[in-house]
Amino acid sequence: MAVEPIMEEMAGVCVDSNGSAIGMPQLCVDWMPNQIVWLLITLLVIFFILSRIALPRIASVLAERQGTITNDLSAAEELKRQARDAEAAYEKALADARAEAQAIAQKTRDDIKAQLDAAIAEADARIADKTAESERALAEIRASSLENVEIVARDTAEAIVAALGQSADQAMISDAVANRMKG
Amino acid sequence: MATEAAHGAETADHGTGLVFHPMDQFMVKPLFGDGPVGWFTITNVTLWMAICVLAISALMVLGTSRRAIIPSRSQSVAELAYGFIYKMVEDVTGKDGLKYFPYIMTLFMFIVFSNFLGLIPMSFTTTSHIAVTFVLAILVFVGITVLGFVKHGAHFLGLFWVTSAPLALRPILAVIEIVSYFVRPVSHSIRLAGNIMAGHAVLKVFAGFAAIAAVSPISVVAITAIYGLEVLVAFVQAYVFTILTCVYLKDALHPAH
Repeated sequence: MAVEPIMEEMAGVCVDSNGSAIGMPQLCVDWMPNQIVWLLITLLVIFFILSRIALPRIASVLAERQGTITNDLSAAEELKRQARDAEAAYEKALADARAEAQAIAQKTRDDIKAQLDAAIAEADARIADKTAESERALAEIRASSLENVEIVARDTAEAIVAALGQSADQAMISDAVANRMKG
Repeated sequence: MATEAAHGAETADHGTGLVFHPMDQFMVKPLFGDGPVGWFTITNVTLWMAICVLAISALMVLGTSRRAIIPSRSQSVAELAYGFIYKMVEDVTGKDGLKYFPYIMTLFMFIVFSNFLGLIPMSFTTTSHIAVTFVLAILVFVGITVLGFVKHGAHFLGLFWVTSAPLALRPILAVIEIVSYFVRPVSHSIRLAGNIMAGHAVLKVFAGFAAIAAVSPISVVAITAIYGLEVLVAFVQAYVFTILTCVYLKDALHPAH
């Protein structure tokens, strides 16, 4: 790129006979007003498109999204809190139920124990009655048997005395038997 | 070599030698007829700026037309662009800079779309022209200077009076600050136009070499690599232009260092 043609093009010649650029087209003064005019128009158009339509729209979309996200997050927080509450309530119900079950079991155990104790006491009493009755019967039997032994002994003694050929005094025999029985 | 090059679409100059015209892609041409390029002539500049407007509208207006809470792909991209620039303005200039967000967004969208549209083969890159980028930069410069004086009056000049420096140094620093302040629009615009122009010119030079069979594989690989780099540059330069605008805006809003 020669330097001299730039000087020449100041006169308004930016293109050589072959249709190629002379020097840097960027420095061709003839072409500058056109670019500046179109640039300003373009910038204005872009500015209006952006500032009137695009940017407010994107800003509102972003704000809306931010709002949605914030709402969703707070809703999620709320739901989480509810879930935590529900869990706590569940835990509490579980603990209560467990305590109640324990109380019921304890009560049942106590009841059964009381009934059992009562039944055992009753049985003991009955056993004691039965024992006493039996002992009484035994005593009666023993007494009656002693009496019978005395009668038998007296009769036997009388018979023996008679067999020996003597008539025995009833009173004497009785005394003798009684003495013997005591001995 | 010369005959091979002659087959190249734009490299050969009447078969007399390997002559490149890498700058021809930047020529402003009327779309209809061959007349001179006047103020309102419809040129390839008009065409590509119109395509730029349409592309921006397609992304930012059509892409977001459903206003979905869960965005479609195009709406995601539009929201990404919005969020990117919005955050940049907020981070660099603070909350009070957000008033100027639509203008900064306009600048960014125009530059980034022009840069990327310029990467389409056979297209015209409006941002490679210093006339375009200088207007963009001077608008920023004038706007920010006016804004600074309107907001702070004479206090805006405190920008050049570095109170944190020793008193003896302040006049010297003031001169440096003033020079650097007035160089801003120049560096601001030439950075963008220069990067884009250089990249496109280099692509064209390598494309010229592709006509020579012996080096065409290297040339094609190089074009691919540089194209990739240019994609990066297209975005980075738009980003740099925008963030510098934000930095200058911050100076106007908060002139104290």
